[in-house]
Amino acid sequence: MTTETSTWATKKGLAQMLKGGVIMDVVTAEHAKIAEDAGACAVMALERVPADIRAAGGVARMSDPALIEQIMQAVTIPVMAKARIGHFVEAQILEALGVDYIDESEVLTPADEAFHIDKHQFKVPFVCGCRDLGEALRRIAEGAAMIRTKGEAGTGNIVEAVRHIRAVHGGIRALASRREDELFTAAKDLQAPYELVAEVARTGKLPVVNFVAGGISTPADAALAMQLGAEGVFVGSGIFKSDDPARMARAIVQATTHFDDPRILAEVSKGLGAPMRGIELATIAEADRLAVRGW
Amino acid sequence: MTAMKIGVLAMQGAFAEHIEILRQVGVEGIQVRLPRDLAGISGLILPGGESTTMRKLIDRWGLREPIRRLIDGGTPVLGTCAGMILLSRHIVDGDEPVFPVLDMDIKRNAFGRQLDSFEADLAVPLLGERPVHGVFIRAPVVERVGAKVDVLGRLDDGRIVAVRERNVIATAFHPELAGETRFHRLLATMASDHDEPGEGTERRHHPLRRDGGGRVSSEPVGRDATGAGGWAAS
Repeated sequence: MTTETSTWATKKGLAQMLKGGVIMDVVTAEHAKIAEDAGACAVMALERVPADIRAAGGVARMSDPALIEQIMQAVTIPVMAKARIGHFVEAQILEALGVDYIDESEVLTPADEAFHIDKHQFKVPFVCGCRDLGEALRRIAEGAAMIRTKGEAGTGNIVEAVRHIRAVHGGIRALASRREDELFTAAKDLQAPYELVAEVARTGKLPVVNFVAGGISTPADAALAMQLGAEGVFVGSGIFKSDDPARMARAIVQATTHFDDPRILAEVSKGLGAPMRGIELATIAEADRLAVRGW
Repeated sequence: MTAMKIGVLAMQGAFAEHIEILRQVGVEGIQVRLPRDLAGISGLILPGGESTTMRKLIDRWGLREPIRRLIDGGTPVLGTCAGMILLSRHIVDGDEPVFPVLDMDIKRNAFGRQLDSFEADLAVPLLGERPVHGVFIRAPVVERVGAKVDVLGRLDDGRIVAVRERNVIATAFHPELAGETRFHRLLATMASDHDEPGEGTERRHHPLRRDGGGRVSSEPVGRDATGAGGWAAS
């Protein structure tokens, strides 16, 4: 009997096991424990949460491998880590560390403005950001086994996340209504491979799991993302930039499970203290926007 | 005729995939998030996901006791991966058990991290000759079984990855990710037998079933529980 490791089914399958859950950004082993105790289904190990990356400016890179290892040792849930867009050597290093998932992320400063990482070359699975259906399918074609809509990281403002998940699902609905002979042109318009476009038109969903990221900072935000069709959520700055991270983390986990039960959402939203302060999008200059990174 | 309903614990994880397999075998899957969702189900599935996360949500929403009562009352249960961990009496290097009904020791993430996740075929004689294709994702492994636990399947190296004890079946792998329907058919057969015991057995209505009559007899389910043939996977 044959045994095969790191297959497409196992890469995509880990994301399936994370569904209905919350993946939390953590910067220390202590944060990672708080996240795990609150019910996070995975953590994203990084040196600074996006709000601090935004505040610090400069070039944001892959985190120190020693920090990532400490976090991997602190928890039993899966650990993800970020590589810069196109920086396949950072990805090789993260794979060598044995992280469970790599996020090729626009939150870090891109290393390549033309080419994303060829993710098929790796045994470790990748998650990538997108703003619409075409971008999602281009990432999947490159080997992404999980997708997340980008939102605008580090803002505590859900508006871009809502725009992006609506764009993905709107794109899927539009495809599903096309005649078969129109899908070739649809593929051209989406700038995505015809085979993936035809698959989405036939099944009415993405071929991989899709989470929402970027700007979720309350239980209600998480439930909004879920009701709009997310299969789970990433919360970056929203937890450890709030008044009471452990409590906020627990509440967001509960809200993600019970996203369609307003009475439970009311219950878990009580007395959480202040969420992160947040930034109005109109005040962020075009050059400081993270979601436009990647193509 | 009332269609059989099987609950799928929907705290977190791959519950939608189980509901899809149930649909393929002609059974309605019910998402279980609160104790009230357990009413009227004939069987229960504990899906894959993160067992640490699921355990916290089970306790937060008061599901531990009612699910334990269902299992003790004989309701058939299928646990996959994290679900198998939840059903084990002893978790090696781990937390206290959640539903300690399977007399065995289980080790979490026994094969390593995600890079060690794999697919393999294995023989499960109870389900027939055709091997089961197992998708193992950060999978656990059974390190010891008690005398009353039937081993249903092992890897080539002998490690135990599928078991049954009384009304509980558990696998370390994910049949629901491989289009494998036979475990779900077996569960449905057991659920049907539990709802309506045969001749010579004391008839016992499921305590939570809402309807009185019209017992389950949906066509695709429940024939040929020993796997003598006819179980084509989708």
